[in-house]
Amino acid sequence: MSEEKKITLIIERQDSPDSAPYEETFEVPYRENMNVISALMEVRRNPVNAKGEATTPVFWDMNCLEEVCGACSMIINGKARQSCTALVDQLEQPIRLAPMSTFPITRDLAVDRSRMFDSLKRVKSWIPIDGTYDLGPGPRMAESKRQWAYELSKCMTCGVCLEACPNVNSKSDFIGPAAISQVRLFNSHPTGEMNKSERLQSVMGDGGIMGCGNAQNCVQSCPKGIPLTTSLAAIYRDTAIESFKSFFGSDNKL
Amino acid sequence: MAGNRDYINRRIHSLLGVLPIGIFLIQHLTVNFFATRGPEAFNAAAHFMESLPYRYVLELFIIFLPILFHGIYGVYIAFTAKHNVSNYGYFRNWMFMLQRYTGVITLIFIAWHVWETRIAIGLGWVDLNYQLMENILTNPFFFWFYVVGVVSTTFHFANGLWSFFVSWGITMTPRSQRIMTYASIIVFLAVSYVGVRTLFTFAYGV
Repeated sequence: MSEEKKITLIIERQDSPDSAPYEETFEVPYRENMNVISALMEVRRNPVNAKGEATTPVFWDMNCLEEVCGACSMIINGKARQSCTALVDQLEQPIRLAPMSTFPITRDLAVDRSRMFDSLKRVKSWIPIDGTYDLGPGPRMAESKRQWAYELSKCMTCGVCLEACPNVNSKSDFIGPAAISQVRLFNSHPTGEMNKSERLQSVMGDGGIMGCGNAQNCVQSCPKGIPLTTSLAAIYRDTAIESFKSFFGSDNKL
Repeated sequence: MAGNRDYINRRIHSLLGVLPIGIFLIQHLTVNFFATRGPEAFNAAAHFMESLPYRYVLELFIIFLPILFHGIYGVYIAFTAKHNVSNYGYFRNWMFMLQRYTGVITLIFIAWHVWETRIAIGLGWVDLNYQLMENILTNPFFFWFYVVGVVSTTFHFANGLWSFFVSWGITMTPRSQRIMTYASIIVFLAVSYVGVRTLFTFAYGV
């Protein structure tokens, strides 16, 4: 009988938000077409580490399993990405897994991405359409514009761009590329454009657009291929014009 | 509101790096380049700069205050970054890190350079002429200190010019940013040549 092929996972674990991290190695039986999540499921099925000691099952976050929800992001062999699309056959062995350190760790590989959702609220990443009466259909959007705006709408708030960014860390309050790209998305919408100035003002402050240092790791790392650096440069341009208008005056204000 | 204080400081920091500091850097290195035409040419050029009208106003508002603001605020910016080139070894990430390292090196270099030349001249310890720089640069340690300082300054300027074009919304597309990268490399090589060539003249008379 041929010996069963195994894959090795070296996982940075943490039992609670405040406890110290530690490393634990696992060996799981190899199957064809495995991804990191199916390997983690093997660990969960049989929570015994490589030394043969029984341990707690490794905890991680996941939801859609097809790279559209953003929940299963973690650091895999040094780079942040989704564990659902990280195929074991394409990864260097042993596979090293760690939680995204930019975010508060809840347990093991699961992190709390609340700061990203707070940023989305801060930049008003929605389009107000409610009125006390029927406001009608609103202005039309050019198809050419809709096409590139759709690319920006693929953002799933997964946190990979924040993790990759050298300016998003505990010493800085930069909100990161994701929310700033959403400012561009909602400002590009003909109805959303009516609140353009408010959204721009929301990133012209602490942790806003000027926190960007143009290291451009975000665009290299984004799993959805969103042109984040183009969005950042667009917001750089729009905020420069917005400051000019708000200081020297424009038709938009008394 | 035109953005809060943090936003405005960042904008001023970005603007000052090119206007006036970048312009001053090119002017300064160009005037120094007269040294390659001999000590008399350098002395004449230096004397012309020294005898500009309302010189202290020019020095204060074009050189000292902008550099102090850009330098001090820049150190704060440099220390808020957490470098990660080992995991994300992309070209722009390296440039991001080098921009912060060269900024700190340049600040140290400029502080020493201003002390040794402008302040020493102002206090009457030395005179502004070719011999002043020759005496400094014939010392091998200071020659290499100046080479590192000048190259670090020109790198910081050329790469800073690249980010200036992004920060003010001029280069938005990846293509325009890539072409600006090539342009900034040419600026770096050209301005470095002017600076380092002058150092060789002072040090070795060639």
